[in-house]
Amino acid sequence: MKFHLKVWRQKDSHSEGTLEDYTAENIPADASFLEMLDIVNNSLTGKDVPPIQFDSDCREGICGSCSLTINGVPHGPGRGTTCQLYMRNFRDGDTITIEPFRADAFPVQRDVVVDRSAFDRIIQAGGYISERSGSAPDANSVPISKTIADKAMDAAACIGCGACAAACPNGSAMLFVSAKVTHLGLLPQGKPEADRRVLGMVRQMDKEGFGNCSNYYACEAVCPAGVPAAFIGRMNREFTAASMKEMAGMTV
Amino acid sequence: MIKSSASLTRSGPCPAHLWIFSSLGKKTIVAVTGILLVLFVIGHLLGNLTVFIGPEALNAYAEKLHSLGPILWVVRLGLLAVVGLHIFFTMLLWKENQKARPKKYIASNPIGTNVFARTMRLSGLIVLAFVVFHLAHFTARVVDPSYATMTTTLDGRQVHDVYSMVVKGFSSAPIVLIYVVGLFLLTSHLSHGLSSLFQTLGITNLRIRKNYELAGRLIAWLLFVGYASIPLSILLSGLAKGAAQ
Repeated sequence: MKFHLKVWRQKDSHSEGTLEDYTAENIPADASFLEMLDIVNNSLTGKDVPPIQFDSDCREGICGSCSLTINGVPHGPGRGTTCQLYMRNFRDGDTITIEPFRADAFPVQRDVVVDRSAFDRIIQAGGYISERSGSAPDANSVPISKTIADKAMDAAACIGCGACAAACPNGSAMLFVSAKVTHLGLLPQGKPEADRRVLGMVRQMDKEGFGNCSNYYACEAVCPAGVPAAFIGRMNREFTAASMKEMAGMTV
Repeated sequence: MIKSSASLTRSGPCPAHLWIFSSLGKKTIVAVTGILLVLFVIGHLLGNLTVFIGPEALNAYAEKLHSLGPILWVVRLGLLAVVGLHIFFTMLLWKENQKARPKKYIASNPIGTNVFARTMRLSGLIVLAFVVFHLAHFTARVVDPSYATMTTTLDGRQVHDVYSMVVKGFSSAPIVLIYVVGLFLLTSHLSHGLSSLFQTLGITNLRIRKNYELAGRLIAWLLFVGYASIPLSILLSGLAKGAAQ
């Protein structure tokens, strides 16, 4: 297969970037999107063009390292990560525009590589859970209903890739934060620090310069882990309740 | 010693201030003021629909409101404050949102959203302009000075003839057009606003979110039908009478 690529090239975080044209030739239909970029980078060897830099790690759709906004959609067409997107999803001869994930809190480092450490700082602001140390606890010693366990697992499915914030016209990270707040907040193990966790994470999210949710639900539409936007509503509820408790001086 | 949380200590920023100016606090304030404004819009419609009962019903309703005196002014100023808060906090959110996403995608692709949601600020500002026009038209009566001198007798007392004013006002096609356009933008604003506020306030879950959204859109369009029926029926019945003569 053959594709015309328009790729965002940017020297470093201080430079201005532009879209540049590349041609991807002899691409197998079963190559993944990242493998297609590997082939293009191979073809640049020996020419006076530095390879296109992009993020990737596991290439199995579970680590959340890969990014890329493909034709205006984070992770491109289909609902999965960029590494799980295959070139057979495009038509031969298509023009494909590749841009970095855009959000003020995700500064571009080079080409289509962005710094997503803001998410790590939000996780840190969530703090710890109180857990008995020592030998592993007995498996079913804490009863958890099936519905709660399932919901918590849906939230825990978030791989922290940042597509939600990149898709949001407001650069809001609320789907990510709500998933993280929910997956611990629903479970008994996460209850003791629930108030402190939601207050800390939401405040850190604001501090990082992420925007505010306008209920567009673009996040939900691109999330490769299928995290539902209803968790944002749940986070709002938990945050308001925790704030009220804090005002009353009742927060632990 | 480990200082685990600012909330443990008495010093530190005021919790109320932290909540109000947090992302979620501002959104909650916009949602709550939005609910108050929608309640006013519903009440205003119910009152206005007395126009279909007849001149006496509408005039009696208007007279009853005016006889409230100071209470009416408290409600009016309260509404003004609510509108102010709604706009002020929206502007704060908007400014942050602009800053949070300074660079747009070149290959832009609107995902998962609709045109009503994307035009909230524009529809809101046009509705504001429409409300100012509406107040100038029927409350301050500066659009047509003859409204101010219209009177009628109600229970032996001389009162302002609201019914005749409304009928005269809506017999003009350009005025009716302004109202229908204004009402359409109000509906467009409420269609997203009403379907979003349950999510913002967190009174939703996975199963019922879609139902809330549907209900919100339905209420917005019911309000449109209710409100638009008044100017349109007056204009059309006036045209029909003219044709019959």
